[in-house]
Amino acid sequence: MKAEYNFIANIIEKNSTVLDVGCDDGTLMEFLRKNKNVNIRGIEISKEKVQKCIAKGLTVIEGNAELDLKQFPKNSFDYVVLGQTLQAFINPEIVIKELLRVGKRAIVTIPNFGNWKVRLDLLFKGTMPITSSLPHEWYNTPNIHMCTIKDFVRFSETINFKIVKSLALVNRNISNISKSNIFLKNLFGELGIFLIENK
Amino acid sequence: MNIRENIKTLIIEKPLKLDCGKTISKFPLAYETYGKLNKNKDNAILVFHALTGDQFVTGINPITKKDGWWSYAVGSKKSIDTDKYFVICANVIGGCMGSFGPNHENPETKKIYGTDFPVITINDMVNAQVNLLDFFNIKKLFSVVGGSMGGMQVLQFVSNFPDKAKTAVPIACTSSHSAQNIAFNELGRQAITADHNWMDGKYNSKSTLPDKGLAVARMAAHITYLSKKGLQEKFGRKLQERDDLKFGFDADFQIESYLRYQGSVFVDRFDANSYLYITRAMDYFDLVKQFDGNLSNAFKKTKTKFFIMSFTSDWLYPTQENKDIVIALNAIGANVGFVEIESDKGHDSFLLEVPDFLNALKNFLDKSYIESNNES
Repeated sequence: MKAEYNFIANIIEKNSTVLDVGCDDGTLMEFLRKNKNVNIRGIEISKEKVQKCIAKGLTVIEGNAELDLKQFPKNSFDYVVLGQTLQAFINPEIVIKELLRVGKRAIVTIPNFGNWKVRLDLLFKGTMPITSSLPHEWYNTPNIHMCTIKDFVRFSETINFKIVKSLALVNRNISNISKSNIFLKNLFGELGIFLIENK
Repeated sequence: MNIRENIKTLIIEKPLKLDCGKTISKFPLAYETYGKLNKNKDNAILVFHALTGDQFVTGINPITKKDGWWSYAVGSKKSIDTDKYFVICANVIGGCMGSFGPNHENPETKKIYGTDFPVITINDMVNAQVNLLDFFNIKKLFSVVGGSMGGMQVLQFVSNFPDKAKTAVPIACTSSHSAQNIAFNELGRQAITADHNWMDGKYNSKSTLPDKGLAVARMAAHITYLSKKGLQEKFGRKLQERDDLKFGFDADFQIESYLRYQGSVFVDRFDANSYLYITRAMDYFDLVKQFDGNLSNAFKKTKTKFFIMSFTSDWLYPTQENKDIVIALNAIGANVGFVEIESDKGHDSFLLEVPDFLNALKNFLDKSYIESNNES
């Protein structure tokens, strides 16, 4: 199980309605269903993974978040979760806006491209960074819109949504991101976790 | 062919007002069951058959002596596990396997109904079949399941009876028959009525049946159940028991021979007038129109959990038409899962051995059954 799942579970109140966008094999969905008794749905693009979810008794629809979120009415869910996939969308701006239309709040996690290992890779090797959380080559990566923790904070100002809570994952520890420590969190954080809502 | 012997029939006493305006009563509904109804009566699954199916879902069909039409999916340890579930399936009204249909005698005229039989709809079919619940004393079905026209019946059933099924599995179907669907059905009907043996539907009183027309209808329809790729891989341009073209109109190609065979075996088990009536029922199916253009309204009153499946190579009831149902359900926050199954076998995929499909169906039913038992 991924380190951030506990944090996501901590944010979500019991008995909420949740949509997991890009729910993968349903690990987070199961975790939330078990620990938070949430009414949870998933949307997943891979047929194989949808099948895995069905085998776990989860309600999942096969679909593409960029095209298929529009079928859900406004505020259909208390929370919409988007785990480490924002960078794979053609238009992240539209996706964020859709998340915040469909859900009252959204939880977005991003692999931090500002992490020092990533920076060193490019600086010293002079090649596109490859790390454990970003294992692909430049030519086959699904991650076409990488960003840093700092970028995401700036993104919230540009497209006008509110960051309610922001955290960084460093060596399996979670810590708050604040204005004063963002330089360090952006350098050492492996993952940024943001609870967001409409302004 | 004496078909009455092996057929269980329920006589529906209660009058049923049909969409065409006529009312029928004391009519027979032929059905079959598999597995056992448990003590709580909460393990029943009503399966709806497609255009040319019947109540003999699995095992050997006692009339045709062939495997039941859904033998891959229904049976002991199969997707619809008859060790766990009590499976009920009825022949649709308008059909020809014992339920009230155009080959029945009109008590007033003492003649076969033929085209004097009232035009029936999908709505009429499910309104007839819901009587089975009373007969078996079942308050709520665990599931309603069906593919193609069976899927349309699933949708209509949940819409008509929002609290009579815990789960619903419409497969490879649509909420509204498309122009293309209607066109293919019309082609079949024209083939039947163009056969001079059809005689305005009064053939049952004659010894010759409109077999040629019915066979052509089946051949045309059969093509729509397969995919181009599937046909190409199975038959290509392979020749039928000959080394070269014969420069004539015999079945030179294997595909021709295959279709002719499909047509010829079909006429042994199916009634031409039933084919007219059932295809008409499909064409008239438009759940969107029933709810004034908003499909979501069909499901507003239900808490039924849906699981919808389509197939990549199905061009008769394509994925988008299945997805439209998913969209309508999501628009009202209904509980709906959906997956498109990868298969080259076309619309027929739901009847064949397609492991991804069979697994998904099994997983959905079994997990939902455990879930519903935990809740109650």
